[in-house]
Amino acid sequence: MSLRDRLASGSFAVTAEISPPRGASIDPVTATAALLRDWVDAVNVTDNQGSNARLASWAGSLAALQAGLEPVMQMTCRDRNRIALQSDLLGASALGIRNVLVMTGDHPKFGDHPEAKPVFDLDSVQLLWTLRHMRDQGAVLSGRALRPPPDCFLGAVENPSAPPAEFRADRLGKKIDAGAQFVQTQFVFDVAAFARWMSQVRDLGLHQRCYILAGVGAVRSRNALDFMRDKVPGVQVPDDVYRRLRAVPADQTAAEGARLAAETVRQLSAIDGVAGVHLLVAGNEQAVPGILDEAGVRAVRDGR
Amino acid sequence: MTTRPPIPAHPRLGTRLAYRLQRVLRPRPGLRWLGARIEASGLARPLFTTTERLTKETLFGCRMCGQCALPVTGYVCPMGCPKELRNGPCGGVGADGGCEVYPERRCVWVEAYERAASQGRAADLRLLHLPIDHRRWGESSWLNYWQGRDEALWTREAGDTGDDRHVPHHQPALGGS
Repeated sequence: MSLRDRLASGSFAVTAEISPPRGASIDPVTATAALLRDWVDAVNVTDNQGSNARLASWAGSLAALQAGLEPVMQMTCRDRNRIALQSDLLGASALGIRNVLVMTGDHPKFGDHPEAKPVFDLDSVQLLWTLRHMRDQGAVLSGRALRPPPDCFLGAVENPSAPPAEFRADRLGKKIDAGAQFVQTQFVFDVAAFARWMSQVRDLGLHQRCYILAGVGAVRSRNALDFMRDKVPGVQVPDDVYRRLRAVPADQTAAEGARLAAETVRQLSAIDGVAGVHLLVAGNEQAVPGILDEAGVRAVRDGR
Repeated sequence: MTTRPPIPAHPRLGTRLAYRLQRVLRPRPGLRWLGARIEASGLARPLFTTTERLTKETLFGCRMCGQCALPVTGYVCPMGCPKELRNGPCGGVGADGGCEVYPERRCVWVEAYERAASQGRAADLRLLHLPIDHRRWGESSWLNYWQGRDEALWTREAGDTGDDRHVPHHQPALGGS
């Protein structure tokens, strides 16, 4: 069942995130896809995540597709202008990659090429609008016709915990107006704050116009925890979560992190309007089966 | 044209005064006539453009994109965002409202929301801003505004999907589509 069909059927969807390798081989993607195939509906392939140069998102997506796992190709606005972005959508669609996740992207300052020129010709809302225009109007931005137009299922991201809190649900509304059909959120560590955002989302009726997948991360070490709290833009780790993960011996942080992720998945799945979860586990994909098993999501998936 | 890199700027013009000036400067026949005269003059046009640049640089940290969004962003310039986002903040805003790239400066969109909301104009931020025309950097946006060339920059009302707003920048001369 495709991600689009899974979401349309109303059953709980699960996606996970993987990073393509820093190297000219698709083998790591193929191996990860084999591990995740029976557990998730689709896998996000990051686009030079954290502004670090890696194998292209479209190539990683194609590798996942060939390994029998549906890809969600991530597309950021950081590295390509509107010509290249439109071209990449056509290429992806022609290769059978249907799901596209649009985001602004981290600034180059945070990656391994801080001296690079930031492009940001379009912003994420404009890119969603452009891709929808290509699909529905059958034309590129210049007005020239596309034969045939691309087929795509468009996704957006949102960070419910970043300021201005009063505007975050409205911003999702803008993305939906522009073309978003599903949204994946940034890490949710503070379920209460997420629930407040969801109530704004429901008040605006956005959950009926767009599938909402809540982002869940599994912390696997104390270093990763500190990095997440101090270095990842826009991520907030509440003190009680931080204390809980620091309270266990260092060699058990990963197990406690997975337990916390499973509890978070369970809590999120009970919130009205949440269509599924997106597991932000790039580099830690082997934790996925354990988390889903403990969260009881596997039982639902057996009927696929 | 080379411009300064985008850095979040705190506006020096109070929000209420800015919205009051907006009413005065709204396009109307007189201003349209004046704009046309200025545009037609080889001397007045650069002088006017330089005056606009100096004024808006001082007040808003303007970088002269030529397609001013200030009337619907609480008079905080979105082109000061290091990602030049015209549709709202990215997901990297710090818990204190700081910019992801310049944490010691406030996110322009956090400030835009506060200023617009303080005057009952928060709904402005829901308007969809369409892709800009990069050929217009350095032009006077006041002249463009008075001549009605900015009308396709953003949608008329919140919730509008912008489908009728698209004006192609490129019309193929040979009709090859």
